[in-house]
Amino acid sequence: MTAKILSLNVNGRDETILCDGLTTLQEVLRDQLGLLTSVKDGCTQGGCGSCSVLVDGELWLSCLAPVAALAGRAVMTLEGLKQSAGIAAIQQSFIDNSAAQCGFCTPGMILTVKALLDANPEPSHDEILEALSGNLCRCTGYLPIVEAVKDAAARLSGGADAARASEGREG
Amino acid sequence: MAKLRGTGMAAVNYPTGMHLGGDPTMALVHATSSGSFVVTLSSVELGQGLKTVLAQIAAETLGVPLEAVVVDTGDTDTGPHCSGTGASRTTHRAGNAVIAAAKEARQEMLDVAAEMLEVSADDLVTDGKGNIHVKGVVEKSLPAAEVAAAGQFVYGKSISGRGIFLPPASKQDPETGESAPYSTQAHACTVVEVEVDTETGAVRVLSLKSVYEIGRQVNPELVKGQIVGGAWMGIGHALYETTAPYYPAIDHAPYDFLNYVIPGAAEMPEVQCEILEYPSETGPYGAKGVGEMVANAPIPAIVNAINNALDVCIGEIPVTPEVVLRALEEKARADGA
Amino acid sequence: MASEAPKAEALNVVGQPVKLRDLKKHVGGQTSYCDDLRFPRMLHLKMHRSVQPHAKLLAVDTAAAARSEGVVRVLTHADLPGGELWSGLATVGGAGDEPVLASDKVRWKGEAIAAVVARTPEQAEAAAAKVKVRYEPLPAVFDVEEALAAGAPNLIAHWPGNHYIFGDDHAAAQIRLGDVEKALAEADRVVENVYQTSPIEQAPLETIGCVAVPDGDGRYTVHTGSQSLSSTLKSVAAYLGLPANRLRFVSGSVGGGFGGKADLAVEVTATLAAIKTGRPVKYRYTREEEMFASSTRAAWRVYIKDGVMNDGRIVARKVTTYHDSGAYLRMSNYGAMKHSTHWPGPYTVANVWVDVYCVFTNRTPSGAMRGFGIMPASFAIEVQMDRVAKAIGMDPWRLRLLNAYRNGDMRGHHRAVKDAAMIETIQATAKLSEQNLTGDLQSLSSWRQKAG
Repeated sequence: MTAKILSLNVNGRDETILCDGLTTLQEVLRDQLGLLTSVKDGCTQGGCGSCSVLVDGELWLSCLAPVAALAGRAVMTLEGLKQSAGIAAIQQSFIDNSAAQCGFCTPGMILTVKALLDANPEPSHDEILEALSGNLCRCTGYLPIVEAVKDAAARLSGGADAARASEGREG
Repeated sequence: MAKLRGTGMAAVNYPTGMHLGGDPTMALVHATSSGSFVVTLSSVELGQGLKTVLAQIAAETLGVPLEAVVVDTGDTDTGPHCSGTGASRTTHRAGNAVIAAAKEARQEMLDVAAEMLEVSADDLVTDGKGNIHVKGVVEKSLPAAEVAAAGQFVYGKSISGRGIFLPPASKQDPETGESAPYSTQAHACTVVEVEVDTETGAVRVLSLKSVYEIGRQVNPELVKGQIVGGAWMGIGHALYETTAPYYPAIDHAPYDFLNYVIPGAAEMPEVQCEILEYPSETGPYGAKGVGEMVANAPIPAIVNAINNALDVCIGEIPVTPEVVLRALEEKARADGA
Repeated sequence: MASEAPKAEALNVVGQPVKLRDLKKHVGGQTSYCDDLRFPRMLHLKMHRSVQPHAKLLAVDTAAAARSEGVVRVLTHADLPGGELWSGLATVGGAGDEPVLASDKVRWKGEAIAAVVARTPEQAEAAAAKVKVRYEPLPAVFDVEEALAAGAPNLIAHWPGNHYIFGDDHAAAQIRLGDVEKALAEADRVVENVYQTSPIEQAPLETIGCVAVPDGDGRYTVHTGSQSLSSTLKSVAAYLGLPANRLRFVSGSVGGGFGGKADLAVEVTATLAAIKTGRPVKYRYTREEEMFASSTRAAWRVYIKDGVMNDGRIVARKVTTYHDSGAYLRMSNYGAMKHSTHWPGPYTVANVWVDVYCVFTNRTPSGAMRGFGIMPASFAIEVQMDRVAKAIGMDPWRLRLLNAYRNGDMRGHHRAVKDAAMIETIQATAKLSEQNLTGDLQSLSSWRQKAG
């Protein structure tokens, strides 16, 4: 296997990556680039969605993406999205709807929702289910996540009165 | 070929705690000089919310705001013994241990406050907002943080407490089974409606309604999370999940989430739930365990609904399309005979 | 016995819908799990596993694996100091039957044989594939009833009949209340059925894993996703012949458990590797291993024979359950005992007879999962209740309410029912699902005994 050097924009910074033909984007993000551990490793089979990232704004499974094919592209993880439009509303909606328990699937879920709402600010119920179909959650039973997506869409498109008040107290 | 609907129900009870008891959990509580109360133990946070629930129980017992309580758990060097995070035992066992530790710490705190205010500790109450005052005399008040600091720097007292909860160990008579195996029983009843496609054998759960009786709820938000998540897990067990699709054969075992099928967001029906509260004498503030029981009523309710829809007698899970189609074939054969 | 339902006192914080404390960390991607930990010079452990469900091990050749790129150490059964066997839960009479790494025999497809420790997970994986094992295949048995039959191949010499021994000499966990045969003979009807559940994977999104780190002072800190720190620490100390005070177990946030992390799985081998190499060692299951090598929920086969009167009273319940433990005991006896005392479910039946067998078969050993022992009982009981209702032509709600246990009734395990509110729960569910109950059913109470 020959080593290859390429450049990749990660969370807004140009990075130089050392990889071979089989190195996945997930490995680079989790191990080479200062532990971007919001990118989870739930299966390394493309089956759970917990490693989801955005590549040029599109949702990708980083565990299946050979990084060698991504030279020059822009990758975003949850760490890099802190200042991004809408992310705070999505996160607050997840909190207000108790849409996480163990939290392992949550970063991937949030990126999936971000990609959905960027492309389709007012998704229908079925479009939300379709968008979430690649992300597994073993704790919540999905209903709170679906509610959180609807809530986030309302917050982002409808302003203050569309955002539902939180039912619970902050712990 | 048709899409047939059916309804089914199931009622279950569920024991709280390790079978036959004898499973202690311990907790320590201490006040920091800045007025935080730290609960230390070695139970494991799995997403079920034990840090949240135990903080609530500590705050309630200490009489301080929830925000003043820190839960430090999951370290065997610092946290005292826990007999494991399972068996629907953490709220019950650790909760009772936290109450015991918090009571001891609270008494120390009131003793220091009594010295500061020159009154008897018996005359003091907490307001739950972080203050200690003389019963009926709100002006004669001290912030708990100030009392904690004074305890350490002025009176040389450690505002702290130790707690353990040890349910008595029982033996199970090998002949008759006579034993005292649990602390209490929680209850649930579920009604589901399903639609079965008789051509493909596919089953869809249309609605799922449950009532739970779990003693006192420490945290309704987290209880609801368990119930909804458990309803989903019940759908998985009832209709899809198996590591041995042709049990008892070991062939065709799944190695990934493409072959080990768990339901997704689209498979979830509307879920309604209600809670009845009958506090248990043994539980912390009356709580019973809810963590494990939440798939148990949905699973048989779904199977009963399928049997009701098709007028068949399926007695195995998961009820995959293949199981449905075989049951229909058998019924057709029996009806024809 | 209280004659009225207890009422909840008013409280300040308890009873409030407080949000989960970790939510902000979760949504920010800042929650750290075991797999997210990194230590300087950390090594990775991968396992060579059996491809045979039942075989003698004639030879385990690790030479090629040891020479493979990046490999620091290979571990086999010979590296374990004590030869101690894992005994599951000592509190309910566990008995040592399971080696950490197979020695003379393998008993399930996936059993751990040799551990390879290397600089990267890929190197460890590649080297583990180079371990050469010579097997002499033995006849395997996968069905619980076949395993109990005369002439079945024996898995473990310690369990000659392929089943666990309860107490000193009982083949099954038993419940005996009243006279079940007499009651069955006198019943208007006998309703008999068999129920079967499937093995299930707990499937937490974070797989099983740990990192064992030498502290440099003779102590080892094991960061783990285990659901049970104290008991796992104790088991590791016993296996490795280490004083328990040389071990510290730490858990951060765990990515779900559901019982799947209650077993001893990775900690012994990882700690042994850390001791042998003097370096931090990570051992984390792949999703494949989680699926085929981690403990499953057991498969249970339940035979029920109910004696029923035409007025709906269930007067006898006779049950034989076969719990498929897989190849080793682990916590199966615990699950079987818990299952036994759950009968006859939330109903009062005067005559109860239960036998629960823990049967060894050549499949992945089973372990705890959410509802351990109880889920299969509840499944069988509740599907059976519908069949009884159908057999006597009674509404299933009525059948359940007429038989529901009440405070003070006798349970199968010879203790009075307490804290019961099954009747109220069913009544409330009827209301929620707009099911009309007749007046006599609406007036039932868990705190009032049956008339007459």
